[in-house]
Parts: sequence; C-alpha cells; structure tokens
Amino acid sequence: MKLELERDATLNAVEDAKREWEQLTLGPFVEARPERRPSFRTLSGTELQRVYTPSDIAGLDYVNDLGFPGQPPYTRGPYATMYRAQPWTMRQIAGFGTADDTNARFQFLIAQGQTGISTDFDMPTLMGYDSDDPRSEGEVGREGVAIDSVDDMLDLYRGIDLENISVSMTINPSAWVLLAMYLVAAEERGFDWKKLSGTVQNDIVKEYISQKEWVYPPRPAMRLVRDSIVFGAKHLPRYNPVNISGYHTREAGSTAIQEVAFTLSAGIAYVEDVLKCGVGVDAFAARLSFYFVSQIDFLEEVAKFRAARRVWAKVMKERFGATKPESMRLRFHTQTAGASCTAREPLNNVARTAIEALAAVLGGTQSLHTNGYDEALSIPSEPAMKIALRTQQIIAEETGVAGTIDPLAGSYAIERLTSDIEAGCFAYFAEIEKRGGLVRCIEDNYFQQEVADAAYDLYKRKERHEWELVGVTKYRDDTSNPRVDLHHVDEAAADRQLRNIAATKARRDPHEVEAALAEVVRVAGTDENIMPATIEAVRVRATGGEIVRALRPVFGTYVEKPIF
Amino acid sequence: MPTKVLVAKPGLDGHDRGAKIVARALRDAGMEVVYTGLHQTPEMIVTAAVQEDVDVIGVSILSGAHMTVFPKIMKLLEERGVDDIAVVGGGVIQEDDIPKLKAIGVRAVFDSDATTQDLIDGIERIVAETGRAGARSAVRK
Amino acid sequence: MVAEQARRIPIRVQRDLARAITSIENGYATIAEATAKLPARTDGATAYVIGVTGPPGAGKSTLVDCLIEAYRGAGETVAVIAVDPSSPFTHGAVLGDRVRMQRHSGDEGVFIRSMASRESGGGLAPSTHDAIALASHAGFDVLIVETVGVGQVELEIVGVADIVAVVTVPALGDSVQTIKAGLTEIADLFVVNMADRPGANRTAMDLKHMVRESGRNIAVLQTIASEGTGIDEVVRTLNEARATPAGNAERAVRFAVVRTVRDSAVRRAFEMLDGDFGRDVFNRLRSGELGRTEARNALVAEILAEVYHAD
Repeated sequence: MKLELERDATLNAVEDAKREWEQLTLGPFVEARPERRPSFRTLSGTELQRVYTPSDIAGLDYVNDLGFPGQPPYTRGPYATMYRAQPWTMRQIAGFGTADDTNARFQFLIAQGQTGISTDFDMPTLMGYDSDDPRSEGEVGREGVAIDSVDDMLDLYRGIDLENISVSMTINPSAWVLLAMYLVAAEERGFDWKKLSGTVQNDIVKEYISQKEWVYPPRPAMRLVRDSIVFGAKHLPRYNPVNISGYHTREAGSTAIQEVAFTLSAGIAYVEDVLKCGVGVDAFAARLSFYFVSQIDFLEEVAKFRAARRVWAKVMKERFGATKPESMRLRFHTQTAGASCTAREPLNNVARTAIEALAAVLGGTQSLHTNGYDEALSIPSEPAMKIALRTQQIIAEETGVAGTIDPLAGSYAIERLTSDIEAGCFAYFAEIEKRGGLVRCIEDNYFQQEVADAAYDLYKRKERHEWELVGVTKYRDDTSNPRVDLHHVDEAAADRQLRNIAATKARRDPHEVEAALAEVVRVAGTDENIMPATIEAVRVRATGGEIVRALRPVFGTYVEKPIF
Repeated sequence: MPTKVLVAKPGLDGHDRGAKIVARALRDAGMEVVYTGLHQTPEMIVTAAVQEDVDVIGVSILSGAHMTVFPKIMKLLEERGVDDIAVVGGGVIQEDDIPKLKAIGVRAVFDSDATTQDLIDGIERIVAETGRAGARSAVRK
Repeated sequence: MVAEQARRIPIRVQRDLARAITSIENGYATIAEATAKLPARTDGATAYVIGVTGPPGAGKSTLVDCLIEAYRGAGETVAVIAVDPSSPFTHGAVLGDRVRMQRHSGDEGVFIRSMASRESGGGLAPSTHDAIALASHAGFDVLIVETVGVGQVELEIVGVADIVAVVTVPALGDSVQTIKAGLTEIADLFVVNMADRPGANRTAMDLKHMVRESGRNIAVLQTIASEGTGIDEVVRTLNEARATPAGNAERAVRFAVVRTVRDSAVRRAFEMLDGDFGRDVFNRLRSGELGRTEARNALVAEILAEVYHAD
C-alpha cells in the first residue's frame, strides 16, 4: 500500500516536472528551432514519443512482467545465463549448386568460426519438384542447393558431426520429406536420432501469408506439420520440428506487431492440431522454435523480441494450461533484414547488418544469420559471408553486450514499446478468433490483406520521404556505384545434379519405390502419422518430387486468390 | 485509352511484394493491370498476354533465372506472331545481364531501387514508342 | 479432365479475337469492322452465354474455374470475360480474376479475357456486349461473363446473358438483409457457395422463400467450389436451360430496352442540367428564390417533357 502511494507520488512529480519542462524549456526551444518532422515514426509506423518517462510504463510490474531470465514470462531471456554460458549460435545460411558444392561452403563457414549450420534449398526442392522435372528448368541449384534424395542428403552433410553441431533446414511444403531424408542419412552414417540437434522450418501457415511456397491447400498441409511435431516429440528429443516464422511476413511488408502476432497465431494453430491428437502440451511444446527478422529500426526490434517471449509465455500458460516452464519458453533464430539491404552502394549494408545484429543480440536471440553486403544482389558470396560472420564475432567478443543479460530492460522507451507490441498481438488474437480462426483467416485472405496494406503504407511513406534509404533516396551519389564481386552461379551444377538423380534412380529398386510410394499415399488418406511411411520411402530412394507428386491427388493443390 | 500491362511472376519464386505494389501503383496511374499470379511458366505468361492483348508485359523476377525466362518469353511471342507487345523486366537482375536482355528485345530493365514513378514513366514512354495506338487505329477506316 | 476430342480455338484466332476486343474497347473500330477481322463461324451456332454475378468474395472465379473444367470435360470450348471495377478516381484497375482459372492456361480450348468496367460506374464494361458477340463469332461454344454484383450490374448482365447465376455466400447473422430484393427478377439460378460454412442451409432456405414469393422457377443450389462439390448439379441446371434459348430472349430484350432508354434519358438529363435552363434554375436556387423541392420539380418537368418528345 505504502509503495503504491509512493509510486503515485513519484509519477505525479514526474508529470509535473514534464509539464514544467514543456512550458519552460521545450516550448521556447521548438519555437526557435522547429523539429524537422511533424512526427517521428518507427519503420512499422508506430509514433515515437519525444521522450519517454516513468509515466509511460506506470503499470509495469517488474516481478510479473519482466522477471528474470530463464523463467516465465521469459521477457528478459529464455535461459538463466544467456550468452554468459555461450554466445548465440552463429548460423550463416548456405546453399547452392549440388550437395557437394554446399558442403564445401559449410566447411568454410565452420572453419571461420560458425557454430551452427543452416541450409538453403533451390526453388525446385522448396516447391517439391525434382531436378529433372520440366518445371525445374533454369532453377536447379541456382538459389539454393538441389536435394532430390537421401543420396544428396548424405553428400550435403558429409564430414559433419551431426551429433555435435545443430543443423537447420529452410524448407516448407516438402519439409516432412526432407526431415525424413535427414533422419535416414543420419542413421546410415551411424548417428543416433536422439542426439540430433537442429531445426526444420516446416511452417506452412506463413507460406500462405507471405513466402508463398505451397503445394497443397492449408488443411492437409497443416496435417503434415502436425505429424512432424508428434513424431519429433516421440523420437527426436533435441530437435525442433518447426521453426515458426515471422521473417517472411515482415519481408513482405508487414508491421512488427503483425510479424509477431501472425507468427504466434500460427504457433497456436499448430499446438491446437497436436493437442487434438491426444498429445499433451507439455510433451511437445518445449521443442517449438521460432524465427524472426531483425530490421533496421533498432528500438522497435529489441522491444519486439522481448514482447514475443512474454506473449508466448502467457498464451502457453493461460490458453493451453502448460505447466512445464520450458513449454512456455520462446526460443528463436534471427536473420537480419534482407529488405533493408540496398543494391546501390552495397558496402553500406555491412553497417545496416551490424546494427540489426546488435538489436537481435540485445533482444536475446538464440541463433543468428547476418546478411552479406550482397544480399540485394545475389545469394551470398564467400567474402560477404566472412564479413557477416565477423560482425557477429565482434559483437560477441568486443562490445561487451554479451556479458550482461537484457541490458535494455527498464528503459522507458523499450518497455513502453514492448508493452505496446504485446497489446497489439493480443488485439490480433481476438480479431482472428472473431473471424473464425486461423485457417478461415487464411482462406479469406485476412492476413494477406493486412500485410499488403502495411506494405503499401510503407511504400507510400518512402515515396513521401518520410522513410529514407541512405545512398538511394537520400545522399545519393549518381557518379559512383561501387561494384562488388558476386557469387558466381555455376551453370554446370544443374547438369551435375541431373546426373546425380539419374544415378540414384538407376541404382534403386523400382518395385520397392513403387510399394513405398503406395504406402505413403495410403497413409495420407487416413489419419495415421505420415512420417514412418515417408521415412521408408526415402530410405529406398524415392525422390522428394515423387512423394510430393504422389500426394497431389490425395491432398489437392492450392491456387491463391491474390489481393492487392 | 488506358495502357494495359501484364504483371507476371515467372518460375517458382513466391516473392510478390514488389509485383503487387507495382500493380497498385500502375492502377493509381490510370493503367489497367492484369496480374498473372505466381508460379507462371513462360507459356502461361505469353498466353495471358495474347488473350488480354496487353501493351506491355512486365516480368518480376528475383530468382536469377532471368537468362532462361526472358529468352523463352521472347521466343514464344515470336512464334505466336506477336510483335507489338513490349517486354520489360524488374527485380534482381545483374547489371552485366542487362545488355544481353536488351539484345534479345527486352525494352527496359528496372533495378530494385527503381521507384514506381520510374516504372510508370518508362512504360508510358515505351508504349508511345511501340506505336500500338497507331497500330490499332489502323483497324478503323 | 479435358475430353480427348475436345475442340480448340487456334492461337492465331485467339490473338485476332483479343485484338478485335481491344479495338472495340478503345473505340478504334465498329463491331462490324472488328467482326470482319475474324474468320466466319461456319456451324451456324452462337455461344451459350452464362452470366455469373454476386458480391465480392463469393468465390465466383473459383466457380467459373470449375465450370470451365466441366465444359472442357464435355469437349466444348469456353471463353470467359471477367469484368472488374475501374477505380473511380484514377480510372485504372487491377484485374486478377484469371489467377483462379490458371490451370486451364495450356488448354487451347479456353480463352480468358479481363475487362475493366471503365466509365460504367462499376457495372459491365460498355463494350462487353460487343466482346461477347465477337467471342461467339470466333467459335466458342460457351461464354461465361463474370462480374461483381454491385449497383445496377445485375440488370445489365441479364441484357447480355442467356442465363444468370447469382452467387452468394452463407450470411452470418441476419441473412435477409444481405439478399438484395429484386434479385429474383434477374437470377435464373442461385448458388450458395462455401456451403461448408455455418449458415449455408439457412441462407439457401431464405432464398427459396424469396423464390416462392416471386412465382418464378429459380433453382437454389449449394456448392463448395474450392473442392468441386455441387458443381455437377450447377452444370446440369445450366444445360437444362440451354435447350430453351427463347426463354430468356424476352427478358433480355426488356432489360436491354430499359437500360438503353434509361442511359439515353440520363445522358439527356445531364446535358440539360448543364444547359441554359439548368443554369438558370440553379442560379435561382443559389439566390434563395427557389427552394430545393421547387428546383427539382422544375428541372424534372422540363427534362421529362423534352425526353418524351425527343426524336
């Protein structure tokens, strides 16, 4: 009681002092020298206060809203000692050409000090097509690595100790197939599934919203995600069967609140699906992992990460009744924002990436990919990746921020922004419920419309120079645009991969493959878990494209209704 | 008469933020925009262009596969006897490839820092140059 | 599944048709000149024109996609004209209906053309009548005209179509409000799409009540177009009506007449409002000499007198 009175008295004093400041100091100053804009907004469009004070966080309760790292609500971090135990995983994405080509890049990155692996696949693999499919022409091994079968998977991670380094795979519509291939490859190399650590992105909901990689319609596609989570809960204690993502939605132009809200809504939907299978929340929730962007608006991003943790902790506890603390703990990977990188004056992107990386670290990320300066021009070159990795290492070793946990806590601005983002999320959750739930919202293009509107709003603000791009819209030097050496696409890689897939097909037993595919199709028509049959199919060297294609008649295909 | 533009997304790449903003911006500039949707093959793009009888095909491509896609589109247009639809491109297209694209008949390539006003101006200039208005008015007599 | 002996319209003809439509749209040619650019139709038939209208978000394009599949399965050629509203401010438009029908893109028996409504205030594009005539002349068996049902569009669609399907979705809450009165004048068929959503049966029932009261014979069907459910029934209903083409002729002529007369009268009214008499009345309105009702009555009387005696 006494504390409240004291607090009120303090706040009154602050507010009085602020009013006096506005009258005596601020007022005259602004008259003599007007501010350069009528308002200052974050990248997402949130208005920034001129100055934040204790009044702005009046309702905040340290113990319940912030607490301590490593326990709910996890606002200050998912682990008790955070980077004092070990820095975030430095995990630069890599993928191009054939599995051999990408394996070489993995080895390079590990030699340079990378501590986790992240794999990028080519468009055909991402979309469920084999390298020899007519649809794949011109795109095999171009934007990522081509993986058609377990044979490729064995080449991809050759020489890498899968029990002692975590491996992430950025794959979605065919994620369950690539996971199956990964498990078979690991097994054939003698690794124990129980010791495998890593992540498969496998977040199909966000595909319909933003990344737009899809094969089947939402409901059957979500069943595949559910099956992976259930399978993982039973067999893969150290593996994250999903990496529920906001990066792509933000890159598509959404606000920070939408990024978190839509991502966590997808998480909620996946949890609901698994619960319906009869698996208890505490049996699997701890292994759900997340993936956000770190954009250039520094304050908003730090706040965003903290808000995400607090929201998820509340949702898991209050909505799903989780009792294990780990079930409420949100862990995430971050990538710095591709959309913030410019094609002009690419070296400027090193500065942008560094700032974004710092925001992610101050936001408590578990894993981080920093973009290369060539992000707007091409997939990353070796030199660009080296500088990007060094950026992370400099933050970890030289800046001191890794020595104390959540140092920006208590900042009036950061806490206010955190609370506002949290409130925005819960508002979206209510709206989604009102509109009939997540799948209905996807079918009705609700998320897509919100994202398109936000993207358009940002585009308009850029047009009005309310948001500038240095070197492009402001401080533009048309006399010089430095060129950088880009990753050279090896056009011969596609041919090599065609030979690889032909060899795989020649070696395997076609009867076994046919039978295995038939079994996958049969299981798909029931409510059984699809993972075991898929594992058997890839074991006998059925290809990803064959499995995906076999299920099109069962699950149907998806055509979007575009909104503008 | 409103300029009619086909905004096309070839290949497997799903990044349509730019294409959609372009579509909206062109509409705001008074143009009629037909959007193909994602995952288009060159055949689908050319079929749409012919049926819609557009003035310009705008290809939005970020995957780096432009040296496969554009030649196919130009070839299909030629095979269908279409010589009055201009093709332009935008997205992630390396500077070194731009002259090669121009050499096969791509009228303009807009880099990722181009503004929508650049696109609008560019398209209007190209339509004026192609003389489609002239070609069409020859029908009447 | 496209039938093995399915007919096709050669790409060359499709290209000429597309250009002919453009020439009409942009006023570069008369319908006679444009028609002359197409090969003569030799089978003596005309296309069966199906109008599909309804509010935005009802799933019309998805339904049309299913209809295309059904007619192609029967070997017939299909042309689709999809009309979307132009921006009243910029006069531009984004036309995205063909995305939902794109699986037919490689099928030479299917032609899809998007048209912006241009100055018709969100209704059918003025040149849609002619575009339909051209597509029929080019040899298509079936022609589907898809438009967003706002304002007076439904009336216009009756003027061009042999049969009109009004597509709606299950209404939440008070369904009566969302079904526009007067739809029973123009619909030959109601389709309640997204029938797996709550309220579908109720909506269908409400429509059936409306239909009974109108005294017309209008089918009320339910579909889940995204899954292809209920499409067979829709196609059967459409084909039944096909056998009696004359049935719609009188109704179509009536509406075409009403529309033409109305358009003509409205045009004349605007001319007169901007003319001497109109200016005079407005001056007197501004000065307070005339009240609003008097001004209106004076103008209406003068305009109607002129319209009734117009040549």
